[in-house]
Amino acid sequence: MEFPHCQAVPLAGAAVLPPVLFRREILARVDAGWRMLALFGLPCPGGVGLCCLLGRDADGRLAFLRQVPAESYPSLTPDCPQAHLFEREVHEQWGIVPQGHPWLKPVRFTGCPARPEEPRPAPGVTDHFRLRGEEAHEVAVGPVHAGIIEPGHFRFQCSGEDVYHLEISLGFQHRGIEARLIGGPDKRTIHFMETLAGDTTIGHSLAHAALVEALTETAVPARGRAIARIALELERLANHTGDLGAMAGDVGYQPTMAYCGRIRGDFLNLTGLVCGNRFGRGLVRPGGVAFDLDKPTIRELLSRLELTRRAAFGAAELLFLSSTTLARFEGTGRVSAETAREIGLVGPPARACGLPRDARHAFPLPGAGPKDIPMQLHDFGGVYARALVRRLEMEASLDFIHDALIGLPEGPVRQLPAGGLPGGMVAVGLTEGWRGEICHVAVTGDDGRFAAYKVVDPSFHNWFGLAVALRGQQISDFPLCNKSFNLSYCGHDL
Amino acid sequence: MLNILLERLRQGKRTVAFPAAMPPLPPRFRGLPVLAESPCAAGCASCAGACPTGALGADEQGLYLDLGRCILCGTCAEACPGRRVSFSRDHRLASSTRDGLVLRPGGRLPHVAPLEPARRKLFAKSLRLRQVSAGGCNACEADTNVLTTIVFDLGRFGIDFVASPRHADGVAVTGPVTRNMLEATLGTFAAVPDPRVGIAIGTCAISGGLFDGSPETTGGATPHLPLDLYIPGCPPHPLTILDGLLRLLGQQTPPPTA
Ligand code: SF4
Ligand code: SF4
Repeated sequence: MEFPHCQAVPLAGAAVLPPVLFRREILARVDAGWRMLALFGLPCPGGVGLCCLLGRDADGRLAFLRQVPAESYPSLTPDCPQAHLFEREVHEQWGIVPQGHPWLKPVRFTGCPARPEEPRPAPGVTDHFRLRGEEAHEVAVGPVHAGIIEPGHFRFQCSGEDVYHLEISLGFQHRGIEARLIGGPDKRTIHFMETLAGDTTIGHSLAHAALVEALTETAVPARGRAIARIALELERLANHTGDLGAMAGDVGYQPTMAYCGRIRGDFLNLTGLVCGNRFGRGLVRPGGVAFDLDKPTIRELLSRLELTRRAAFGAAELLFLSSTTLARFEGTGRVSAETAREIGLVGPPARACGLPRDARHAFPLPGAGPKDIPMQLHDFGGVYARALVRRLEMEASLDFIHDALIGLPEGPVRQLPAGGLPGGMVAVGLTEGWRGEICHVAVTGDDGRFAAYKVVDPSFHNWFGLAVALRGQQISDFPLCNKSFNLSYCGHDL
Repeated sequence: MLNILLERLRQGKRTVAFPAAMPPLPPRFRGLPVLAESPCAAGCASCAGACPTGALGADEQGLYLDLGRCILCGTCAEACPGRRVSFSRDHRLASSTRDGLVLRPGGRLPHVAPLEPARRKLFAKSLRLRQVSAGGCNACEADTNVLTTIVFDLGRFGIDFVASPRHADGVAVTGPVTRNMLEATLGTFAAVPDPRVGIAIGTCAISGGLFDGSPETTGGATPHLPLDLYIPGCPPHPLTILDGLLRLLGQQTPPPTA
């Protein structure tokens, strides 16, 4: 079943396919340039059926496919590597076996509710890829890392300083959000959206809002949508600035690191000016935003934006003029466009390999268009390209915010969605967060409550990209490569 | 080189004057909740019904708001027909006891008592903390991390975050302590030599916050570790965290600006 973004469709419109056809259809579409946006289980009479959401960047079409409930099916991963983590996730959550999957390891170490007789694995304890040989050695770090950073477990298989493979075990941040969204929406739902990944509060709450608006056919007032989009770009600016600073810090370039640490906060404070909270808590709501901007606040935003622009570009310029920094950035942690396409990278790491993937362009929100914010691409595929794409995106975001503040449409900022949700529908909310594409998919039951709510943070696609980027690199380049992706642990673990 | 010096001049000195002066907070900042002493309408539970975390309620002593559960979302202020709940712009939310976070109309404000003399003597000039991130949303970590930037320059107070618990004087936990992080959290605390301090940063770490009640979380750090400081907020503003840390070490901090 095909449909455009921001339009809810009846679940009954998707034929329930037998595994062979489901698989064939997915593979054919992936061959034709579609991407897998989500794969998840939907409880239905007779068991748990698989649902797959695919998207086509070229024209923003979405396709929703369903498979009959089955305890096993032929794995997609050997022919479609971007399915690898989704299939492991479905296996862990529902016990459905993708036959022929190369390695069905736990994703979040929760055990499988469908197989209660099996003991819950200890977090991080599973078979790992091992390199054997006299010169091979293994470096294991985490879950608690040096510094103020989320937990994860990393194992490097090395020969001397060279990394052959990096394996990443996550799940430590798993707090069971998706399970608690079932039966919603309720008074907690929007707050869960804001804390799926706290540094992406706007990105996730906007994806959720788009989904609910599609379900309830709510037309968001232009002013409300513009304020939400301003906040989305402020979030990108704060985090891209922080990332440039962190990358500078990892190669020991202090000036940019010190300035960016401060400038990141200046951008967060602009979001604080909009809604009182530096992360944008309480701002985006289905139907628009909860806070309007008066003229003095707009003036204040504009003047602080200009000051912060100068500071940010000054700090970035030092970084890109420093030959010692560039020597560490260039050629480090490369991912080829072909690999990126195969494993389904999104966001700046994808655009840094030359893949034109940006939900603001492919799947714009109603009232937004692909021309609003130019897409930034580079094709070196490594740390340098990921840094440069961020720097260019900052410029595009600043221009967008400036124009949006000056041309803010008049009118209300929110149209409350009327009534409850319609039953038996599928809806999707897609936004381009600062890390990349954020995908929310919901299926409502006959009672108009969420029967499934799938959240795909960009980190879910990109963690494996980091592992691939580190192959053949020096282990000492890990911090730099890691920062150049800067992925979310909690957004992955949910 | 010249570039670097010129840019240094342009960027200027940006460390806030805190605690000598209070930096401005945004006009819409939601700080310490205030409960008015006026009575509730009979049978009204509008606020409690609207609160996403069960922070608000009424018991035999009347209306209360548990700041240790509150995410400062502001919903209750709108939900209360009698406008009994409002939000001040006071950033000082920290408390040295869990009970001290339960607010009542006209009741006492959260209070931070300095560490007792033995530990205060040891840590007043140098406090090294190991931060443990245990299942939150990473915003508490982010606003703790900014304390180490030039804006707050935590090092000038002798406070620092260190990589190893063996080098630390205490642990600062964020997040609701997920099942998957419980062992690592306990292990990290155990690896810090005594005497040590325990700090919960953020509502999640105090009570589980928004994620309390999930079978995947364990109620934050409170049930697992001896804690000396509770810093509420979702996430707490960096100044809320800094204010709490400084008062724990016996320093004076400024009140909010009017
Ligand atoms: S501000 Fe606090 S007490 Fe009020 S509704 Fe939100 S969480 Fe509950
Ligand atoms: S208290 Fe709030 S901000 Fe802090 S980790 Fe928990 S959900 Fe995130």
